[in-house]
Amino acid sequence: MDWDWLTSNRALITDLLTQHVYLALVPVALGLALALPIGFLTARFARLYPPMLAASAVLYSIPSIALFIVFPGILGTQILDPINIVVALTIYAGALLVRSVADGLRSVSDQVRQSATAVGYERWRRVLKIELPIALPFIFAGLRFVTVANISMVSVGALIGIGGLGQLFTDGFQRSFFTPIIVGMVLSVLLALCADIAIVTTQRFLTPWTRAGRTT
Amino acid sequence: MNILAELFGFFADPLRWSGASGIPTRVLEHLWYTALALTIATAIALPIGLLIGHTGRGAFFAINIGNAARSFPSLGVLVLLVLLAGLGITPVLVALVVLGVPPIIASTYAGVRGVDPATIDAARGMGMTERGIVFKVELPIALPLILSGLRSAALQIVATATIAAYVALGGLGRYVIDGLAVRDFAEMLAGAVLVALLAIAIDVVFAIFGRLVVSDGLAGRGPRNSRPATESTTDQEYV
Repeated sequence: MDWDWLTSNRALITDLLTQHVYLALVPVALGLALALPIGFLTARFARLYPPMLAASAVLYSIPSIALFIVFPGILGTQILDPINIVVALTIYAGALLVRSVADGLRSVSDQVRQSATAVGYERWRRVLKIELPIALPFIFAGLRFVTVANISMVSVGALIGIGGLGQLFTDGFQRSFFTPIIVGMVLSVLLALCADIAIVTTQRFLTPWTRAGRTT
Repeated sequence: MNILAELFGFFADPLRWSGASGIPTRVLEHLWYTALALTIATAIALPIGLLIGHTGRGAFFAINIGNAARSFPSLGVLVLLVLLAGLGITPVLVALVVLGVPPIIASTYAGVRGVDPATIDAARGMGMTERGIVFKVELPIALPLILSGLRSAALQIVATATIAAYVALGGLGRYVIDGLAVRDFAEMLAGAVLVALLAIAIDVVFAIFGRLVVSDGLAGRGPRNSRPATESTTDQEYV
């Protein structure tokens, strides 16, 4: 471990870490924004559910590196444009989260839905106040998976020149220099851990009833 | 779109279909890394998953180790091992196995835990040994979930095997890395398309394999002279 390298490259490391966070988390947010309406539709119209599952599985089975490379061709962007990574990872996140959203909404029992209607919730308020909260544990499980997956997948982008902390791996490898590789690994794992803790904490805050049910 | 034309050009070139850097060789190399890594990952993860699923002990530990392993960036693991151990197939396999183990453990555990306790009680009551319960009751019933874990492990491994080329090995990643080096976008794209096709092929193989090995009763495809699905699962033992 070369500690001098660490201090003299603080700015570079911070930049790469920021890029990593951006490349990994923006797609999660965009994916969720896409998944909520699509998931809602597939949960509402049962006929859409099987094709959605199939589409989600196919999209998720396309290797990330393939998407990173295919997009410049489709979007007309430069191959070294970070937007390719963002678009590719958004598709993954969206594909997976649509499933979580739909499964969550489908888990709401008819009795609950009817009770809500009976006590005066009209349709959209019922969706937002009753059905969505009940679906939250499913959505959060999906979010946790997608976030950790994205954080480790971003590094692969380093093979084509944009990979946040992954660039520390390629840099260290080319110079047979361990320090950047170890720094990159530690930061990447810590980032995944922090993101996971943040999501779990948000979930505990948003779904207090799941814990209340367990103690009684 | 001229990039598509270039892509077709790549696949239409007969030179691309033969020799050490030809498409068939690269596909076979890629499949070889994938198969080897998946086999090792299964050999490690399946017994662990069955054990913690059957005993219910150590689950928290195993699942959390699994989740931690999932957050390890494969490229980092790979370059670190190459610098430590030198070039060769071992670092690639280790990086891919690390990727494959967590989904297999998690799905095997979930599958075994999901077996109806009444079924296990019945098996025990009939005098089956613990080993018999694991292999003749829990494993077959958990099979659909185990296969889905194997499938997602296989998909991640086949996608990530691309990085083998970064440390001077073969496989389809060669086209991506070599193409990038000379800014030959069509070659990179061809590599990416081939990896995606391979992933889809593996997906299909798993779907077919699943139909063949999962008990008809479990899959909801009862025998022709139809009886309830729960009964047909026990009949399978004697067929």
